[in-house]
Amino acid sequence: MNARSPEMTHAVPVPVPVYVPVSVPVSDFDVERVRADFPILQTVLEGKPLVYLDNAASSQMPQPVIERLVLYQATEHANIHRAVHTLSERATAAYEAARVKLQRFVNAPDVREVVFTSGTTEAINLVMHGYGRKFIQTGDEVILTTLEHHSNIVPWQMLAEETGAILRVLPINDAGELCLDQFEPLFNARTKLVGVSHVSNALGSINPVKQMIALAHERGVPVLVDGAQAAPHMPVDVQDLDCDFYVFSGHKLCGPTGIGVLYGKAALLEKMQPFKGGGDMILSVSFEKTVYNTIPYKFEAGTPPIAAAIGLGAAVDYLSAIGMDTIARHEQALLQYATVQLHDLPGLRLIGTAENKAAVLSFTLDGIHPHDVGTLLNQEGIAVRTGHHCAQPVMTRFNVPATTRASFAFYNSMAEVDALIAGIRSVQKVFA
Amino acid sequence: MADYKALYQEVILDHNKKPRNYGTLEHPSHQAEGHNPLCGDHLSVALQLDGDTVDQIAFHGESCAICKASASMMTAAVKGKTREQAQTLTQEFLAMVTGKLNLNEPNQIGRLAVFAGVRDLPTRVKCAILPWHTLQAAFNSLGTASTEA
Repeated sequence: MNARSPEMTHAVPVPVPVYVPVSVPVSDFDVERVRADFPILQTVLEGKPLVYLDNAASSQMPQPVIERLVLYQATEHANIHRAVHTLSERATAAYEAARVKLQRFVNAPDVREVVFTSGTTEAINLVMHGYGRKFIQTGDEVILTTLEHHSNIVPWQMLAEETGAILRVLPINDAGELCLDQFEPLFNARTKLVGVSHVSNALGSINPVKQMIALAHERGVPVLVDGAQAAPHMPVDVQDLDCDFYVFSGHKLCGPTGIGVLYGKAALLEKMQPFKGGGDMILSVSFEKTVYNTIPYKFEAGTPPIAAAIGLGAAVDYLSAIGMDTIARHEQALLQYATVQLHDLPGLRLIGTAENKAAVLSFTLDGIHPHDVGTLLNQEGIAVRTGHHCAQPVMTRFNVPATTRASFAFYNSMAEVDALIAGIRSVQKVFA
Repeated sequence: MADYKALYQEVILDHNKKPRNYGTLEHPSHQAEGHNPLCGDHLSVALQLDGDTVDQIAFHGESCAICKASASMMTAAVKGKTREQAQTLTQEFLAMVTGKLNLNEPNQIGRLAVFAGVRDLPTRVKCAILPWHTLQAAFNSLGTASTEA
């Protein structure tokens, strides 16, 4: 089996009582069977079973994905798209097979529309450089939303600084929902792009991106959807959404770090300039003239993270076998159960109460700073994120410097919700 | 558990709830702002020096319990001390929370020893030391201090 880090003890799986809440529809989804696939979920930290609720930051990896990475390194590794030898052929075949898996995962019509990047951040930067710097000029406008992660704000600010383009921001209401009625007035003849998150990383709000895309397309404006927090939690169909760009990360999707995907409509990708120059992204090079490769290779300069791409392919296979619908249903049950419990805690303020929400719970506790909450929950084995979640405009909107965020995945159980609630109560007791 | 007991104990929780010397000075001779950009914590330290001695000191800001208690106890500890004594204490405090101070050897730490447990929480060391960096910035009238400087 895999190498284990010395400070973590892997004991026999801790039996977690199966909790069946009365208010939640019971599904046939067997969370304990799924948990057994994740070696790290067996971790015991100083006598307490790990309760991992930081999935919005990064998810954990199941055994089949770990094994796929090992198999690749043990039997298939070489550089891709280059040599004629057997290993290079194997590696190339596995890498391109992973691209097809990702194509199916988001229902992209054409495999050439799937570009491997290092993650969501790089994918957005690729669109900024490849599309933005070519087609967005002084006085042109880009529409973003208050909910965006810094990675979907800063690249556009860099573009605005460079070109003199203008950023417009769609605000949110007190529930953390986009003010859709204010979307259309943001458009004018200079609007060149809309960038919107599918699901807010800080609050969990699921945004009406399909509707927004239709509105933008009526005005001939392309839309980039940041799907980093959506792809791991619900079925994504880029054809149904009709988005122009859809970006997401592998490590939030039970895959490795260092890999992500840019889906882009072929016609747009073809018009764009390359983001990085180097090997593999060219057809021919001379000092007089270089001819770029076709899509998607035009955007994959240098040796890509081959193992990570293949691992991500295995991860989406794993998730698809469970079924993204099943995953979404289980996570909604967790959300519903946890939300009811949190409402009953005095002194707890839930930040983000959108009607349509993913299983993310951001909250503050009266008189207790989130960092103290995080440290004390950690003593109970509970991993949550505290801070501004790389979404400072959201924090500003709710007038809080930071929140504590519990974010769930399909391998979390109802018993872990109970552990979180008990943990919060014990934090409040310390500060009472 | 060890950290839990060592760190969030009565005296720290008390200073968090009822911080000493909390507020501003009317006519500070020295002042500085401190920021921890990673968590958004910020605080302000104001000094009124009488010659080389800290005559008055006050702080205010928005921060976690570790940071606020550290600031509160710091103000109590350096009041009436000379600049040089405060400097020595700052160095000892920084050494303690980064695990480099032998508490069995003679030192000025005194009640501040309640922060020794911070050395086991690397992500929280910055919370504890922000007030002390800000104090030094105030002495030097730098204006701002940052945990990321």
